[in-house]
Amino acid sequence: MKFRCDVLTGVLFSAALALGLRAQDGNKEREQKEKESVYAELGKVPEKDRQKTNPLGKDPESVAAGEVLFEEHCKDCHGSAGLGGKKAPSLRAPEVQNAAPGAIFWILTNGVVRKKMPVWSKLPEPERWQLVSYIKSLGIAEQASGNPPRKP
Amino acid sequence: MLLSGLLLLFAALSLEAQENPYIVAYDHNLEEPGSLEVEYFSNFGTQRGGPGFHAFWAEFEYGATAWWTTEFYLDAQTTFGEGSLFTGFRWENRVRPLKREHFINPVLYLEFEDINAADKILKEVEGHDVEADQAVPNSIARQQVIREIELKLILSSNYKGWNFTENTLAVKNLSNQPWEFGYALGASRPLGLKGAAHRCNFCLQHFIAGVEMYGGLGDRYSFGLHDTSQYLAPGLAWNLPSGWTFRFEPTFGLNGNSHQFLLRWGVAYEISGFGRKVESMFKGRE
Repeated sequence: MKFRCDVLTGVLFSAALALGLRAQDGNKEREQKEKESVYAELGKVPEKDRQKTNPLGKDPESVAAGEVLFEEHCKDCHGSAGLGGKKAPSLRAPEVQNAAPGAIFWILTNGVVRKKMPVWSKLPEPERWQLVSYIKSLGIAEQASGNPPRKP
Repeated sequence: MLLSGLLLLFAALSLEAQENPYIVAYDHNLEEPGSLEVEYFSNFGTQRGGPGFHAFWAEFEYGATAWWTTEFYLDAQTTFGEGSLFTGFRWENRVRPLKREHFINPVLYLEFEDINAADKILKEVEGHDVEADQAVPNSIARQQVIREIELKLILSSNYKGWNFTENTLAVKNLSNQPWEFGYALGASRPLGLKGAAHRCNFCLQHFIAGVEMYGGLGDRYSFGLHDTSQYLAPGLAWNLPSGWTFRFEPTFGLNGNSHQFLLRWGVAYEISGFGRKVESMFKGRE
């Protein structure tokens, strides 16, 4: 009788463990897919928009101005210094840092409405380019500190 | 409990708004998801054939998603020499059907309002609304209940720092009145297009100047500009980095049916992450 109980307990425990691990895998998979789909938006940018160059790329004040704009409009979701938050991914991830400035500008202009990223076309174009300058500078700062760009 | 909840809500982060100076016209820029904007507006008006008035209203504008903004209004007014009264509420919703930015961006607008005829906020002008309608004493006007459904098509563009918007509206009084029509047009531009390299309150990019024009277009049986009121209103918005926005808009009547002068102003505060704070109130600690 005791042996049967032990076997039953063992089977139930194994089943629960298997289900738990599977659920955990499922969550990880879901999270991974979500991250991929957020960054996948960068891949949907039309080629002619991707080719656009930052007209303020050489403006010495562009990064500092972009940082002020980032603090005012983006920090709440993307976290301090673009490290990522509960609502939005890190902007230091390689997917963002390796993206063309034109692609980041396009995302700012069009938003990713389905993923709750608002359309930022209400900011004038020069301000959006200043934001691009700042976002791209995050990768440079990371490299200067000797760390590779952070994972999201 | 309630107090701590309220403190928690107001401890939420503020976010700089980038609001246009329009008070009547709408553009296609919706509220950021999860943000709540609390607004107070004031409308001082001259009145021929009756005492002047001060109408005022509160707005609670919430970004439900990146494509849907919902807003609740509470209206009231003081007619000088007659006293003050609450005049009703409105609930509006704006939905952006296209998920990306286009040269012209449509937004669909649906509003239900339950007000009385003493309402003088003039948030929209429709049908054959004229100045003389508002000369009726409060004691009589308050007895007439108005329940309306209002539809708007908002077409708005952002181009080289400018915003241009065109609103067409159709209103149906639910007590078997004909459809009434109206419009609002607006154009605005920040005084500076580039952000400053330091945080500042008086930098030009925080000031947006604009002008709006609006009026009635008659009703289903008599469409057109005759017996309608029309207004022109230059305005200025000041968006502070701390999340406050101030608007100021002197308004001029363009024909004999319009109020000669209205002075409108408003103050708004944007609470970022409001939705998340409310959610966390009921979730407990993680």
